[in-house]
Amino acid sequence: MTAPAPSTSTETAGGEPAPAVELIDIDKSFGAVHANRDVSIRIAKGTIHGIVGENGAGKSTLMSILYGFYEADRGAIRVNGRPVRIRSSKDAIAAGIGMVHQHFMLVDTFSVIENVMLGAESGMLIQGGIKKARAEMQRLERDYGLSVDPDAVIGDLPVGEQQRVEILKALYRNCEILILDEPTGVLTPQETDQLFQILKALKERGVTVILITHKLREIMAITDTVTVMRHGAVVAERKTAETDREELAVLMVGRKVRMAPDRARARPGEVALGVAHLGLTDAFGVKRLDDINFSIRAGEILGVAGVSGNGQSELLEVLSGIRPPTTGVMHMLGRDVTADKPCSPKRMRRLGVAHVPEDRHRLGLVTGFPAWESAILGYQRDRAYGFGPIINTAAAARDCGKMMEAFDVRPQEPNLGSAKFSGGNQQKLILAREMARMPKILLVGQPTRGVDIGAIEFIHRQIVAMRDEGTAVLLVSVELDEILALSDRIIVMFQGRIVGETTGDRADERQLGLWMANAHADGPEAPPPGLPPLLAPELSSRSGKPGGRPGALPPGMKIRPRK
Amino acid sequence: MEWFTTVLYLLGATIRVSTPLIFCAMAGLISERSGVIDIGLEGKMLAAAFAAAVVAALTGSAWDGLAAAVLVGAMLSLLHGFACITHRGDQVVSGVAINIIVSGLTVVLGNAWFQRGGETPQLQAEQRFMGVIFPGTDNISHLPLLGPLYVKVLSGQSLLTYIAFLLVPAVAWLLYRSRFGLRLRAVGENPAVVDTAGISVDFLRYRAVVLGGILCGFAGAYLAIAQNAGFQRDMTAGRGYIALAAMIFGKWKPLPALYACLLFGFLDAGAPLLQGVKIYGNTELPVQLIQALPYALTVILLAGFIGKAIPPKAIGRPYIKER
Repeated sequence: MTAPAPSTSTETAGGEPAPAVELIDIDKSFGAVHANRDVSIRIAKGTIHGIVGENGAGKSTLMSILYGFYEADRGAIRVNGRPVRIRSSKDAIAAGIGMVHQHFMLVDTFSVIENVMLGAESGMLIQGGIKKARAEMQRLERDYGLSVDPDAVIGDLPVGEQQRVEILKALYRNCEILILDEPTGVLTPQETDQLFQILKALKERGVTVILITHKLREIMAITDTVTVMRHGAVVAERKTAETDREELAVLMVGRKVRMAPDRARARPGEVALGVAHLGLTDAFGVKRLDDINFSIRAGEILGVAGVSGNGQSELLEVLSGIRPPTTGVMHMLGRDVTADKPCSPKRMRRLGVAHVPEDRHRLGLVTGFPAWESAILGYQRDRAYGFGPIINTAAAARDCGKMMEAFDVRPQEPNLGSAKFSGGNQQKLILAREMARMPKILLVGQPTRGVDIGAIEFIHRQIVAMRDEGTAVLLVSVELDEILALSDRIIVMFQGRIVGETTGDRADERQLGLWMANAHADGPEAPPPGLPPLLAPELSSRSGKPGGRPGALPPGMKIRPRK
Repeated sequence: MEWFTTVLYLLGATIRVSTPLIFCAMAGLISERSGVIDIGLEGKMLAAAFAAAVVAALTGSAWDGLAAAVLVGAMLSLLHGFACITHRGDQVVSGVAINIIVSGLTVVLGNAWFQRGGETPQLQAEQRFMGVIFPGTDNISHLPLLGPLYVKVLSGQSLLTYIAFLLVPAVAWLLYRSRFGLRLRAVGENPAVVDTAGISVDFLRYRAVVLGGILCGFAGAYLAIAQNAGFQRDMTAGRGYIALAAMIFGKWKPLPALYACLLFGFLDAGAPLLQGVKIYGNTELPVQLIQALPYALTVILLAGFIGKAIPPKAIGRPYIKER
């Protein structure tokens, strides 16, 4: 920290108190990614200030800079009017800043009290520190209603209580400015309410709260002022009382030019994939997917929109056979897949289901393999590549070369390491692999994440071409532009449920943005805004044979008889 | 009473043989609890043994030898830290590299300096840490059972042996009762927590690793200038790895690690007793089999009887901020 600046700077000209935090022209890049562009924000003392934006808008980076986890490339920070230099979390703590991280910074094997005092022990021995921390925690519990058993082990506590420990940690260090990074993502509605009570108590006692979130409901419920960020820059500042969800949703998503590729109208055929009452409950008992119903016909693209982490990843995993569903049924190409009758990814692939995973480095290819090995992953047992334990490397490399040529993968060298290709070329290679065998169903997740603009267009054209060949395509993307440009129909997911459905030509960014932020619902427990009919009317009338199996499927869905 | 003599011998030998294992296991424990794998225990101990023998031979003082051993152990730890804390290198590779370098370098230097095929000159008693005779041995020795136990087992061990046994509660105290220990355990579990608490992850790990190096220095000094009277090539003979195994067997906890060291020490001490034992009438148990026994048992124990050992969560992973 630098020495206090001249006293004139502690108050503004009008005599009103200096803001608790002032970020001035903060700029930060990670390699080629420009995470923050000249961000300036003023946050008044004793208020709750919201920062909203889509994933990747630069909110977390900005707050990590304020907390000293990263150092800004440029810009200045003032706390209570005094310029401070924050180079590490130590400096931030000294400046009175505390942070509740999205992924809690807690040692699972330690007790609550050990976690609270870590780094702020009052002496060389921990005995005295424990005593002091225990007394202080009792005081904090009285003042803010933050009750946690000090001797419980962190790993045994539910996430809501773990989060309280994070807040306790910050308060124990006498923080006056508390940053919370997406604090409600892991909380139940009840826990969220409790958190908000705590935040209000903090505000009453003069603590400045900075709340990072992408949930507009929370912004409206608790903040005094709000900053909207998009693509690393501040796009708007509003007093919460003077704005509404719709305005914020538009600001957040932005009015972007729609890149519509040349494509013919979809000519949907029979239903290739139908999903009824699909649910997935994870090991912690959290419903990742909740009563999902939709269908995709051959020759159409269904776009799945939503802020990431709302169940889209799980949907792809279930549809591709990586995880079996907990409830419900998937009718895929004449086969029923349920919890009792799961279908492995291998068998899925044989059925004609291809999957371009969201995370290409984790699931799409092996970065340590040469390109030709990555190009046959999942199909390595194909007779064309040899039999038994032997792989016909020449044939595989030849095929890889063909794929590279067809999909314009550069450089066209099958022996080059997979990691050596750019993101766009890696993605094209995966698409080539999955599309090469003319799948009947193509599941695509984030096809253009981290892909350069030239490749984006190519990839979009390929996806549309597959559709025109009669493949049923499910497209998951957090890029609304992409969803709008490619989809014939669109569903929007929020917290594992489908909260909106529309057709590609009637889709409206604003409407989708509102659905994505679940801005229509008044509370997390409120039902989603009346589920629109599963199929757009013009589509269901074209199908000719409405209905399918009575009872098991929503109306309008047709399933090919099982062989 | 022959069996009693044997028991006394076994107990004394177990304590002697366990001493370097205890030092090394505690060294590894401190380092690994901070999240840095310490497979270089063997090399550090060997280098320390060499340094202790050389300096003791040159200056004639066992204490100088110990100081040199500690210094060399700490320096090698700094090297390990530089490779895998500062430069985020692979901890196993760095440790193995230290083992290999030391194994060769001690022989080369020993040859160059003393021309004895890698050995250092034989040390005199005053250049070594000899047995410490406890007071009252003369008065107690005639007591049945207790007397010989006191005289032959408790008394008469090297000073370093007593230090080793006192070290275990000291390490436990450091780990569980001191601020340093709290932070050390935290950094081994989740370094990001320590970082966001405003504590330097690197400095904390450096301190842990160097502390480990110092303890390896004690282990090496014990081998060269207490148990033996000079350095012989590769005299650690895998004890560093055994100590590592004992530490894992002890689930990264001081007291269980001590028990594991004593168990391995006991097996080692007992092996000579089995030599010449006849089985199936006239067949002798092969010497090689007996010598392999501690190692074989190590493998079996580690594979089958250790239960679920949960290592520190962040072990082996260099700390890199996300992105």
